[in-house]
Parts: sequence; C-alpha cells; structure tokens
Amino acid sequence: MSDTEVISAERKRAFSIDLKAMGPALALLILCIIGYSLNSAFLSEGNITNLLTRSAFIGIIAVGATFVITAGGIDLSVGSMAAVISGVMIIIMNNLVDTFGAGAVTVLIGCGCSLILGIGAGWINGALTTKGKIEAFIVTLGTMGIYRSLVTYFADGGTLSLNFDLRGTYRPVYYDSFLGLPIPVWVFIGVSIAGWVILNRTAFGRYCTAIGSNESVAKYSAVNVDRIKTATYVIQGFCVALATIIYVPRLGSASASTGVLWELEAIAAVIIGGTVLKGGYGRIGGTILGALILTTIGNILNFTDVISNYLNGTMQGLIIIIAVWLQRADWSKKKV
Amino acid sequence: MFKKSIMALALGTAVVFSGAASAEEKIKIGVSYPTPTHAWAAGMNWHAEQAEKRLEELYPDVDLILVNSPDPAAQASALEDMVSVNQIDALVVLPFESDPLTDPVINVKESGALITVVDRGLSKEGIEDIYVAGNNPELGRVSAEYMKSRLKEGDNIVILRGIPTTIDNERFDAFMAEIEGSGINVLDHKHANWNRDDGFEVMQDFLSRFPDIDAVWAQDDDIAIGVVAALKQAGRDGDGMFVVGGAGMKETIKGIMDGNELQPIDVLYPPAMLATAMDVTVAAFKSNGPVAGRYILGATLIDKDNAEQFYFPDSPF
Repeated sequence: MSDTEVISAERKRAFSIDLKAMGPALALLILCIIGYSLNSAFLSEGNITNLLTRSAFIGIIAVGATFVITAGGIDLSVGSMAAVISGVMIIIMNNLVDTFGAGAVTVLIGCGCSLILGIGAGWINGALTTKGKIEAFIVTLGTMGIYRSLVTYFADGGTLSLNFDLRGTYRPVYYDSFLGLPIPVWVFIGVSIAGWVILNRTAFGRYCTAIGSNESVAKYSAVNVDRIKTATYVIQGFCVALATIIYVPRLGSASASTGVLWELEAIAAVIIGGTVLKGGYGRIGGTILGALILTTIGNILNFTDVISNYLNGTMQGLIIIIAVWLQRADWSKKKV
Repeated sequence: MFKKSIMALALGTAVVFSGAASAEEKIKIGVSYPTPTHAWAAGMNWHAEQAEKRLEELYPDVDLILVNSPDPAAQASALEDMVSVNQIDALVVLPFESDPLTDPVINVKESGALITVVDRGLSKEGIEDIYVAGNNPELGRVSAEYMKSRLKEGDNIVILRGIPTTIDNERFDAFMAEIEGSGINVLDHKHANWNRDDGFEVMQDFLSRFPDIDAVWAQDDDIAIGVVAALKQAGRDGDGMFVVGGAGMKETIKGIMDGNELQPIDVLYPPAMLATAMDVTVAAFKSNGPVAGRYILGATLIDKDNAEQFYFPDSPF
C-alpha cells in the first residue's frame, strides 16, 4: 500500500467520523433551508419559538430514553406514562383546590406528585427488568398497556380537565417567557445540560455505556449492573414527569389520546441523534437534534400544501431513514 | 270421544301454561358497542346507560343487556354469547369495524333476532331491520352554511380535519361543495386527528403561515379546544374571529349558552344516537306502528336559542 493510499483512506475515515457526528445537525440545517424556501414565515420568531417549545416534550423524554437505550434497554411505556401522570396530577390538583385554594401551593403539590409518580413508575420498569429478569421490551409493553388503560379508566373514557381557576395559576408555566425564551425551552435546556454531564462526565454515565456494550464484562468488572440499569429507568421516569409538568398547563386536560406514540418519537429522536439502538454508545447532543428534526418535519408539512396530507407519514418515515442512513452508511468502504 | 276431549283438555292446559310462561318471559335486547376510548364514545356510553334505566323502568318486561368490547374479535365473541347465553330477541349493534363483524351479525340474525345497526354500516346490505346513524355530510354542509352566513366574499378560512377516514372525507367534501362559489377562500386544510394537541399545533402553524384568517372550521369540539388555545396564545382571538367545532361536547354547549363569541355555535353529531337506537328497537316490540327502516339523525345547528336541550352536565362528554 503506497503512502498516498493510506492518506486518502485516513481522510475518508476522518470524513466519515465527521459525518457521523455532524449528520443530525446537517439534516436539521437542510430541513430549515427547505422550510424557509417554502415560506419565509418559517424562520419568523413566532414559529421558531413554537418549534422549540413543541420539541421540549419529546426532547426531555428522549434525553431520558438516551440513558435507557445506551445501557442496552428500551422503554415503550413513556407515552402512556405521560398520559397517566397528567391524569393523576389533574385529579390531585382538582381535589386540593378546596383545601389549599387555586394558588401556587396546589400547583406545587401537583408537580411534586408528578415527579414521585414518574420516579416510581420508572423504578417499577427497572426493577421488573433487572430483579424480575424479564426483557425490557416485554415489561414496558406491559406497563404501556396498563398506564394507557388506567388513564382511560380515571377519565371514564372521556377527558380529565383541570379546574378553571387553577389554569390561571398554572398557565404561565407553558405560555410565559424568561429572557425571550418560553419556560418549557429553559426546562429542555436544563435537562439537556444535566443529561450531557451525567452521561459524559460521571462514572454512572461510563457504566451505562459499559453495560450497553457488554453486560457480562461490566458485571465481572464489579459494576452493579442491576442498580445502574434500574437507575436509567428511574431517570427516564423523572424526565417523563418533567415533560408532563410542562404539558399539563398547555391545554389543561388529559385523555386516552394524550401522549399516543410519544415512545416511538422519543426512540426515533434518540436513534436519529446517533445513539445505537442495541446500546453501548449514546449521544445527548444528537438526541436533542433528533427531537428538533422530528418536530421540524411536522412543522414544515403544515407549512406547505404541495404534498398530500395522506402522505405525511411517508415524508416523516423517509426523512428519519435518510437521516440515520447519512450517519450509518460506511462511506469509506465504497466499491473497491 | 272421551279420548278426544282429554286431548283437547291437555292441549288447552298446554296453551294456558305456555301463555303464562310467555307473560313471564322478558323481551331481551342485547346492546353491543366498542369500549369508549375517547370522549364522544364515553358520552355515548353514558346516554346508553341512561336509556337502559329509563326503558326498563317504563317497560318492566324489557331487559336491555349492555356489553362493550375492546376490539372487533371481542365484540364478535360478545355477540355469540348474547345468542347462546342470553338468547336475545333483538340486537342493537355499533360495529367496531364493518368487515370483521358482518358475519357475526348475520349469525345473530339467523337465530331469529331483530337487528338494529348503529352509525357504522355492515359490509353486506339487507342484514339490518333498523339502521340509526348520524349524518356526516350534513355536518359539513351545515357548518359551511353557517360560515357563509357570517363571512363575505374574499374572507379567509382554514380547516382542521379529523383522522383520514371516510367519515372525515364525507364531512370535508360536503363542506367544500357548500362553500364553493361563495367567494370565501379556503387557505388550507390539514389533519388534526380529532385531537386537542394536534389541533393546537396545526393551528399554531396556520397562524404563523397566514397573517389573515377570518374563521376556522375545526370540525370537532376536541380540535376546537386546541385551536382556541392557539388563537389566545397568538392574541388573534378578537376582531370577530370565530371557530366552528362539531359533535356537541358539554363544555362547548355551556359556552354557547353563556354567549361565547369565539365559539358561537356547534354542529351536532349526536352522542346519544345509541340511546335513540335502543328507543326505536324497543318500539319495534311495543309500538302499534311499523318501525323498520333507516333513521338518519339530523346535524342540528346548536346556537344560543336551542343549546339548553343539548346540554347534559352529568355526561362525561
């Protein structure tokens, strides 16, 4: 092998690594250019704010999902979990109005309950997976059905609505801004930074990666596999609860159709972002871009009537596959 | 001679006994429908339960058996049980899906029961004796008619549609046919899946995209809730802007009674239609007039004058 061949091979490798890291950012940039060329209102301040706020729900849940998937697990229950937590939170707050009034105290207690429920639900998923030795797919498929039917039951098949006086108190959590950015976006930023630090700068984060790449080796290396894996589900539950806290004040209601398919959107965001579905490699930054890409696709489709409404799913599917293909395909090994 | 009279006596007693038995026997009517998973269906369930109480009180010899099923296969089994265990005399059925339930309903019919089909037709014609349904095209047409009465030539509207289905197409096509030629511009139409969250997001995008919107056809009260939240967030809920929903949600009707200008009317797609079907089916046994036939319920325009008669505060919908 001559020197030039080696250099060019190295260059190609460098390019492919670069593309892997930059893939999601590139995809998002292309989407934004398409959006802007369709309608200049796409880049208006109002639309960008809407986009970011909307991404916050899936984004926050997806940060949690990055931990679960990096450690080799999967959580299908997050959408149903969000629905049932919203429902229970609304019931609790409505019942507290008589005792504590329609002020901040009631809302804070509601939010506290939401976090406890999220952590508890995550712990159940984790404990059943590790102590119960049941595959995560089955455990969370089961809890997905349970949570979904529970919210239907609590709502009597209909919709649970937040007390109207409470809405006045709670509404700013979704609709108000701080330093020009809506509060849900700040929460999203906070969760993202915390997620990045935990995954990349702590022993816990390295254990997650280790377990995801080889569970047996991690176990023999004295990593408490069960505890770490359970903790990833608890983080996931906590993130779902946070997303719920900013979701409820938007429309003040929860029903059986709340959070439908959020689990798949969250998993898609994680994978688009470059995390490997079978575990062992996780990227929080990518996940955030993944969530933004998913929201942007929906937004762009609403901005144009060129594509038939019936083909929305096709466009979403194509863009997801292309975004992942861009970073996975082995560009350096084109036909010899 | 003697033999004959004994036989006549025996026959007479038999007739008397069977007469007594049939007086004891109740008219059993099975009512089968999908388990409610959204608010409209929960309202339907509530109205059906109310009708059961009311009809059984009115006619002590009528027994209504309400069963809801979570999927088409479970509904098919429920129908089999109604024939074998309950031995029903009539069936009121709102099929989960047309195709998989056509044969099970035919089997019930072969047992001799009267068949009432509600809302969703079966795949074969001529099975049902009675058909009760809402009127989807009329819902679209009535909504468009109201739009025309409020708007003038050159005004702009946007449309939020439901889940892509026949129901949605019927409503939408009838709306467009009625609006045609009025000079009102339909800027665009997108699916919001009869869902509050999707209604909110689609409306946000419409508001970013179109600076001038005069009215919104949301087709459904759940979508309308999302639309109203988006309008209020953008501060574009004034200047005579109005939203037309549909179905007859109690909160919407309460708003109409209270004079809500943003949602001044609603178009009914009656959640009580299963109750109506139960009434008609009982009438088939009790009325002296014929009842077989097709009952297409009206898509009534609900405004401030008639809102009260469609307001059921105890219903979940």
